[in-house]
Amino acid sequence: MNYLLRRGCTLIITLLFVSMITFVLFQLIPGDPALAILGLDAEEGQIQELHAQLGLELPMHMRYIHWMSNVLKGDFGASIRFSRPVVDLIYSRLPVTLSLAIMSIGIAIIVAIPLGILAVRSHNKGSDYLISIITQLGMAIPSFWLGIIFILIFGLKLGWFIPGRYIPWNESMIGAFKSLLFPSLAMSIPVIAVIIRYLRTSLLEQMKLDYVRTAYSKGFSKKLVVYRHVLKNALIPVITVIGMMVASVLGGSLVIEQVFALPGLGRLLVASIKYRDIFLIQGIVMYIASVVIGINFIIDILYKSLDPRIQIK
Amino acid sequence: MKLKKNLALYIGVGIVAILLFLMIISLFYTPYDANKMVIAERFQAPSIKHWLGTDNFGRDILSRIMEGSQTAFYVGTVSVLIALIGGIIIGALAGYMGGWVDEVVMRIIDALMAFPSILLALVFIAVFGVSTQNTMLAIGIRSIPTFARIARSGFIQYKEFEFVKAAKAIGAGPFRIMFIHILPNVMSSLIIAASMGFATAVLAEAGLSYLGLGVQPPHPSWGRMLNEAQGYLMKAPWYTFAPGTVITMSVLGFNLLGDGIRDMCDTRK
Amino acid sequence: MKNKIFIYCMIACMSLMIATGCSSSDPSESKSQETVEKTPVEGGNVVMMIEQDMDSLDPHIAASAGTKEVVFNIFEGLVKPDEKGELYPAVAERYEISDDGRTYTFTLRKGIKFHNGDAVTVEDITYSLDRVMGLTTGKPLQSGFEKVEKIETADDKTIIIKLKELDASLLTNLTVAILPKKNEGHFKDQPIGTGPFEFVSYAPEQNIIIKKYKDYWKKGIPHVDEVEFRIIPDREAALLSFRAGEIDIFPRLPNDRVEELGGQFTTVNGEQNMVQLMAMNNKRKPFDDIRVRKAMNYAVDVDEVINAVAFGYGAKLGSNMSPVMAKYHQEGLESVYDVNIEKAKGLLKEAGYENGFKTKIAIPSNYPFHVDTGQVIVEQLKKVGIDAQIELVEWGVWLERVYNNRDYDMTILSLTGKLDPYNILVRYQSDYSKNFMNYNNKEYDEIIKTAIKTNDDKKRVLLYKEAQKKLTEDAAAVYIMDPQFTVAMNKNISGYKMYPIYIQDMSSIYYTK
Repeated sequence: MNYLLRRGCTLIITLLFVSMITFVLFQLIPGDPALAILGLDAEEGQIQELHAQLGLELPMHMRYIHWMSNVLKGDFGASIRFSRPVVDLIYSRLPVTLSLAIMSIGIAIIVAIPLGILAVRSHNKGSDYLISIITQLGMAIPSFWLGIIFILIFGLKLGWFIPGRYIPWNESMIGAFKSLLFPSLAMSIPVIAVIIRYLRTSLLEQMKLDYVRTAYSKGFSKKLVVYRHVLKNALIPVITVIGMMVASVLGGSLVIEQVFALPGLGRLLVASIKYRDIFLIQGIVMYIASVVIGINFIIDILYKSLDPRIQIK
Repeated sequence: MKLKKNLALYIGVGIVAILLFLMIISLFYTPYDANKMVIAERFQAPSIKHWLGTDNFGRDILSRIMEGSQTAFYVGTVSVLIALIGGIIIGALAGYMGGWVDEVVMRIIDALMAFPSILLALVFIAVFGVSTQNTMLAIGIRSIPTFARIARSGFIQYKEFEFVKAAKAIGAGPFRIMFIHILPNVMSSLIIAASMGFATAVLAEAGLSYLGLGVQPPHPSWGRMLNEAQGYLMKAPWYTFAPGTVITMSVLGFNLLGDGIRDMCDTRK
Repeated sequence: MKNKIFIYCMIACMSLMIATGCSSSDPSESKSQETVEKTPVEGGNVVMMIEQDMDSLDPHIAASAGTKEVVFNIFEGLVKPDEKGELYPAVAERYEISDDGRTYTFTLRKGIKFHNGDAVTVEDITYSLDRVMGLTTGKPLQSGFEKVEKIETADDKTIIIKLKELDASLLTNLTVAILPKKNEGHFKDQPIGTGPFEFVSYAPEQNIIIKKYKDYWKKGIPHVDEVEFRIIPDREAALLSFRAGEIDIFPRLPNDRVEELGGQFTTVNGEQNMVQLMAMNNKRKPFDDIRVRKAMNYAVDVDEVINAVAFGYGAKLGSNMSPVMAKYHQEGLESVYDVNIEKAKGLLKEAGYENGFKTKIAIPSNYPFHVDTGQVIVEQLKKVGIDAQIELVEWGVWLERVYNNRDYDMTILSLTGKLDPYNILVRYQSDYSKNFMNYNNKEYDEIIKTAIKTNDDKKRVLLYKEAQKKLTEDAAAVYIMDPQFTVAMNKNISGYKMYPIYIQDMSSIYYTK
């Protein structure tokens, strides 16, 4: 319990750290939000009026302090660009990115774990090689390129989904699933490959350990050894990898959302950077960071509870 | 058993050797000037004259792929070195020291890892400008946490081992233990990570260049070529397949190479 | 092995192309200017793709062309442009200009109502104009009204605008939106105007929806019930979506992509009153030397650029005026600097750059069209020994560094067209705040200042032509082209009008059966 409390505190410190990094970095970027929003044909008067409307006349550090104190009260401020509460904007985009992340990691786990086990059980046989080749290729293909190819084949040729069209879940469950399936697949393939790879390595390493030999010597079958003894230990590093994958999937979603033109957090983030929309950037980054840190936190605990050698202090 | 190990290594070495060979040749010779535009000959499908066809400016794609390999090797090598050195130092300190050092380092690493890599790169490049150097720095810095985490978990694991305790007992200093006793054991997983890191760097460069934030045109870069090819997907499909395939192959090559090396190292038993 | 994989991929892709019906288009399908008139069917919803998100829904604040083209359907000014770029009365029923050109009298249109049902009053008009002109606050939101002395109301339907001195472009600037005073404070979240469509909803980065305004003063339009402007910044995704039938109208399709669409779409094409140019910082070495600027003009092969980047679909320019502005466009300037490598080298030698020089072209990274143009120009400049490096700059940085702070050597950009030549050419006036090219010529300043004060239409046209010649003579920039674009639409949509400014008029669109 004490440990959890301590981790909880450090979690908040990490988040504070993230907001500071974002803030400092964005102070370094040249660019006036009003100008970035209005563009080439902006008139002096319009820029000044927008400055006033946006409260951009205050110095940067004052705005940060102001922002921070509001955040502590639960108010994340309003977007400069879209003049709407940041929370609303994030909330409206969340379904896409979250669905993409959950679907792709879900697909990855469902596909990767059986394949990883299969690879080890048929170690050095045909299917192991085949899985190895698929794994290697899966890791090597850029997911955005895969996305482009999916659009060509499944979108244009087979017409299984309509590229560039996102259907919200509450409009049509099937439609939403269809519009998100291929982007998720494109994102999940590298994840599948990485999980299989780690699982296979980890399983093979475990198989060489003494306790496995003991199990064999007791006359257990290979199947039994793998499922009952090795898998639990071998999953420990794999869980860490899945945790790391969450961040990379969220990052990958940024690019995939561009390829498939999906209205997710990624596109909102890219727009917020473009328009120097500092509160929106802060909001999105804080959100993504909390998710990633939160998941890593849970994984840390799982890790510790799975591996008896590591004690929870 | 032996054959399989050798196979991964051989294929990996084979692909990397071909790429290296291509890169070295491209320093002295390419079929055409990679930047030379011949508008009249644009969008030509692969032929005897242009093995991989021509792009939207009538530039020879093979020549650009060859010169692009220089960019890929450069970006890959430098960013992996940045990540590897940074990762080992940070991971070793955190893992071996433990306590508050570990706590502080891990928080910073968590914070860095919580950033979507592309965001960090976007910001980094917006601040310092688009250039190959900044691309390498952005990719390298972003990869440090991955290496640091691997190194750290290795160090945590091994410091509980008997041979480390034994080394301590005979009075070896922390640096000696860290870098002489533990590091070689951790090295195998770091080599896998480095091989994957190289591949990741090639992928990351492709991703950034695809978003228009990597290497400056007209300098050939595989990612940049993918970006330009996307506009002509229907008109000139070979244009996207050439860089796409070569990126995939080089990532594959480096991953297999890493695999092979790992299997070789594994013969300690 | 690599080659084999590659060949398989290619075969796969080729067969894909054939399967998706990528046949060549029938050239007879494309009509210029306006689609064929067919019997209109009232009603229906139209989805139009737009590339840029809104900057502000407050029409007085909105500055980007991408926003203006959309809100054109919601708001109207006292006067309004038609597809020929000519002005006709809108919120005003008629107007009169006194002989000395200093008094404008507008009569409010009878019975005109805002979308919320309130009648438009002269107070709304004076309020709106005052807000833009900043007569009371002293802080104008838009320029172009400096010469307005005062706005008066004679009775409940007459507005009189008095000028300090003659201003030939005032009328064009009076296309500025009339807003209900009552709505103050909600201009950007609840836009209300008098246009043919009323605002329904706006989802950032996704879409903006407008619906038919039933009480629109002009009877018979609009035809469709609802229009969705769907924001898809990525052209490839938009094109895919269009092919899948998710979008009804695709504006500004590069001409080389038309053939991909096959025959199932109607297309309209034309120039768009845009000026693509390579700007040189006239104040910075070596471009402060006119000989260097001329050499650049001789070295750059504009025809090759048009051919390479726009596939030949673009009108070659010689000065900062598109031929779309037929009345004001000075012909012949586009051939003043025909490619001449020897001459370019000679000029460089005279200027002391016999061995060329190194320079940078800062290009905003979000414009692939400009990036491509840059790539071609870099190669061309090599022939005269100039080593130009492309520097991709993020849009926000570009605006700040290049456009605002004028910290650059060269850059490539497009200037969107305006209705009035003054608003186009004033950019080069030495003391103009957006003269980011640092062009400085006293004679030019004088021409522009005289033109705006000239009431005689013919004389004014001549002055603007003179100004264009000056820009060419001084080689103020390397003028490239007005790129041609195609508007592609669903076969059963008709009535599309192409404007000489960046506008999408949805009121004339209708379905045919």
